[in-house]
Amino acid sequence: MSGGVPPYVRLANEIAAQFAHRPPADAATAIANHMNAVWDPRMKQALIAHVASGATDLDPAAALAAQQLQAPA
Amino acid sequence: MTLLKEPDFGTPARAGAATIELTVDGVPVKVPPGTSVMRAAKEAGVDVPKLCATDNLEAFGSCRLCVVEIDGVKGTPASCTTPCRDGMVVRTQNERLGKLRRGVMELYISDHPLDCLTCSANGDCELQDMAGVTGLREVRYGSGVEAGANHMDLPTDSSNPYFDFEASKCIACSRCVRACDEVQGTLALTIEGRGFDSKVAAGAGVSFFESDCVSCGACVQACPTATLQEKSVVELGMPTRTVLTTCAYCGVGCSFKAELRGDELVRMVPYKNGGANEGHSCVKGRFAFGYASHPDRVLEPMVRNTISEPWRKVSWEDAISFTASRLREIQAAHGQGSIGAITSSRTTNEEVYAVQKMVRAVFGNNNVDTCARVCHSPTGYGLKQTFGESAGTQDFRSVDESDVILVIGSNPTDAHPVFASRMKRRIRQGAKLIVIDPRRIDLVRSPHIEAAYHLELSPGTNVAIINALAHVVVTEGLVDREFVASRCEDFEAWETFIARPEHSPEAVAGIAGVPAEKIREAARLYATGGNAAIYYGLGVTEHSQGSTMVMGMANLAMATGNIGRPGVGVNPMRGQNNVQGSCDMGSFPHELPGYRHVSNEDVRDIYEKLWGTPILDEPGLRIPNMFDAAIEGSFKALFVQGEDIAQSDPNTQHVFAALGALELLVVQDLFVNETAKFAHVLLPGTSFLEKDGTFTNAERRINRVRPIMAPRTGKQEWEIICEIAQAMGYPMHYDSAAQIMDEIAMTTPTFMGVSFGKLDELGSIQWPCNLEHPSGTPIMHEDEFTRGKGRFMETVYVPTSERSTRKFPLILTTGRILSQYNVGAQTRRTANVAWHAEDVLEIHPHDAEVRGITDGDTVALSSRVGRTELRATISDRMPVGVCYTTFHHPVSGANVVTTENSDWATNCPEYKVTAVQVDLIPEPVADESTREPVVAGGNR
Repeated sequence: MSGGVPPYVRLANEIAAQFAHRPPADAATAIANHMNAVWDPRMKQALIAHVASGATDLDPAAALAAQQLQAPA
Repeated sequence: MTLLKEPDFGTPARAGAATIELTVDGVPVKVPPGTSVMRAAKEAGVDVPKLCATDNLEAFGSCRLCVVEIDGVKGTPASCTTPCRDGMVVRTQNERLGKLRRGVMELYISDHPLDCLTCSANGDCELQDMAGVTGLREVRYGSGVEAGANHMDLPTDSSNPYFDFEASKCIACSRCVRACDEVQGTLALTIEGRGFDSKVAAGAGVSFFESDCVSCGACVQACPTATLQEKSVVELGMPTRTVLTTCAYCGVGCSFKAELRGDELVRMVPYKNGGANEGHSCVKGRFAFGYASHPDRVLEPMVRNTISEPWRKVSWEDAISFTASRLREIQAAHGQGSIGAITSSRTTNEEVYAVQKMVRAVFGNNNVDTCARVCHSPTGYGLKQTFGESAGTQDFRSVDESDVILVIGSNPTDAHPVFASRMKRRIRQGAKLIVIDPRRIDLVRSPHIEAAYHLELSPGTNVAIINALAHVVVTEGLVDREFVASRCEDFEAWETFIARPEHSPEAVAGIAGVPAEKIREAARLYATGGNAAIYYGLGVTEHSQGSTMVMGMANLAMATGNIGRPGVGVNPMRGQNNVQGSCDMGSFPHELPGYRHVSNEDVRDIYEKLWGTPILDEPGLRIPNMFDAAIEGSFKALFVQGEDIAQSDPNTQHVFAALGALELLVVQDLFVNETAKFAHVLLPGTSFLEKDGTFTNAERRINRVRPIMAPRTGKQEWEIICEIAQAMGYPMHYDSAAQIMDEIAMTTPTFMGVSFGKLDELGSIQWPCNLEHPSGTPIMHEDEFTRGKGRFMETVYVPTSERSTRKFPLILTTGRILSQYNVGAQTRRTANVAWHAEDVLEIHPHDAEVRGITDGDTVALSSRVGRTELRATISDRMPVGVCYTTFHHPVSGANVVTTENSDWATNCPEYKVTAVQVDLIPEPVADESTREPVVAGGNR
């Protein structure tokens, strides 16, 4: 954990920064696609739960992307 | 096989069709234009006596032993320096020529010790051979003192750890000097003095060890006498048999003749037919193999219940049973996904394949990753996105046809020395060089080499620079429109993106610290200079935007049409011997072998049917995710194959915490490495001298690794994996490594045509090897990209969050040194420590002066995550504000200070940018053994 930020939040924000030049909806889709392709289910689950808890430390596009993540079985 | 002696044609082969026809001693022969008479004779089956000629060096014409008669030509020209002409009639043997040659030999022998029977080269001496061939029966001048002035009292230089220079036996043929010049490109040797005083010298009045010699061994190989001789041959005697195998150091993947006496390895000699190295070598592959027999080797399995207990040696049966039962217990308690494995880039394809199969078929998850995570994972991602294949585009030979060579974040002369020699040869022939690197690496300026441009950028600004280069290409009309239109997609959007003013050199100059005009000139040279090739290394990948940068380079190559033919391409310089192979074999947690995503049902179906078990369709944990999950508590057991993650991975404090949190850590390695200090099971591994399998190098070349001895541990590593799998209840069995490759070929389209039999037949194969390319594919994407159209990707520059601050005002970047390899586990256990006994911190004179630091001082290096101590070396190779170190020694622990930052797409750590402070430690450290790195929060 870096400065109290959970790793999956830091990573999500770093991914979001790469797509910041795109319109929010496009960015969210690209972020979600990337996470679905390479993230372990527990990381996706943690991010979904983080957003659901009302956390404010997530980039808005990443938060939007979390809603598009494939819900782990 | 018996000792393999490769034929020596005397002078190099010439390219082109064999259109020149001549006869040699009545035998007709056709050769390409430019071929020497000596070589033509050899091709006709006629050996012309020679001493100063050998076929990896241009002809020199000094020994006069190779004289011949040619109809219509006066005198007796040297056959090595005489090019063939159509219709030539050559005679190599008659009384006149024999007399001339005996006269030459008499002069040589009159100044040469006659100790053949006790000489180390007895049986492998060309001078001895030529005395026989020429029928020398007497030396009219006598020999030694009776012959008058001579060189027989010259001292022997034994300063090099691996070879001696016995000057009294030198015949001044210059082969060693020319090998250093032409093959290695270091130009360390010279002929000093004139006439009778001529002698080989390593620089001006210094020993070989003190000279610029890089100990590649090219001079030793070139020497026709015992003058330059391996110490191992002096000590053990001449080898009697050969096993062809592949070096286990860097990603060049050199082929070697392992030469043995019985089962004792005497020396490693580079193999002329080796596809990657063509007879050249470096100090590591040529000489640094002693670690395989080092007393530190662990040869018996060991276990312990907790890491505070001492190790217990146990039988293989007990070790495997302990491992299997603990893994199953942990899964039962914490879930199927609570265990995983890390594969190694130092092991064979077959061993890696076995581990990933164990994870997927036996563990029942995708928690497998490879050490490539921390080096070239962005290469896999970036090249797959743009070209459709996670691999470099060229073979090494391709550089011979490059006109412009762009080296980015790679230091080939230290990290990939054999390929660097080839690259330097091409540069000496006239190719232009552009270097993009914060550090002034040797390639920037060394003998007969000078970069046209060195873009000395600030660490972390690669993407800004590559975008600026592309901006120039787009805005100055340098795009290869025809190539782009026919071969690529998504160009228009990218063109608009890259043409934006924020990507202009003028805008980037302030970010990267490189003058705008220099960027423009470099871009113009790359785009218009002919065949332009990109070679890159970890200075590209180990950044928070490593993947973006790989895509940026691919964009640049596509925009200028520099893909799909010899001389061009985008080429990753892989760090370890089997980085490419370990990635190919399905080591990534989201990809099955051949880079096919686990969500692909058709691909899963192949393995599910063959392995008889379901494969999860979700990605598993990557290495940094494993560490995070271990600390968080959901990941409990890890199998580590042949890697030292405690030393090599960044943010040591975090790694230590993760390893310490595991309930079971299994390490398979040659030594009790830093990681093993946290382990509960140590399974002894095999060295490359014991392995049977294949490595795949940076040019996708699959090479055979053949054992020269049975495993010293009693088992091949893949056998151990199979036994663990069986003990966990899964029937995993192979009769041989060849059988594993057969399974790889059966299930992986790019390996379809590969087998041990075919590798033995062809020597090596560059994948893809399939029905379309049955002998492999040296150059990729020739007619179309693997993905069809090459895809342009928008590469936004996002600065790293790691910035210099008042507290940490300098930027540390890390790298490698020639004599050491990776974490040093192998090379530290060889005489290579003579060149690099410790890691040092290179610091700019200005930064040193303001801190009161002088050369050799001990300094504290600290970042926001840790602190360590090293000795300082003052160097202006880096810009002010940037310092540099290596990570070959655990005592200095460079990764104590590197951070958790990583590439956004792959989690590859950002080793290359760490904000640090450097402080002088006034008192020198008294006891080396007490010098321990300190992680923030205190040591464990």
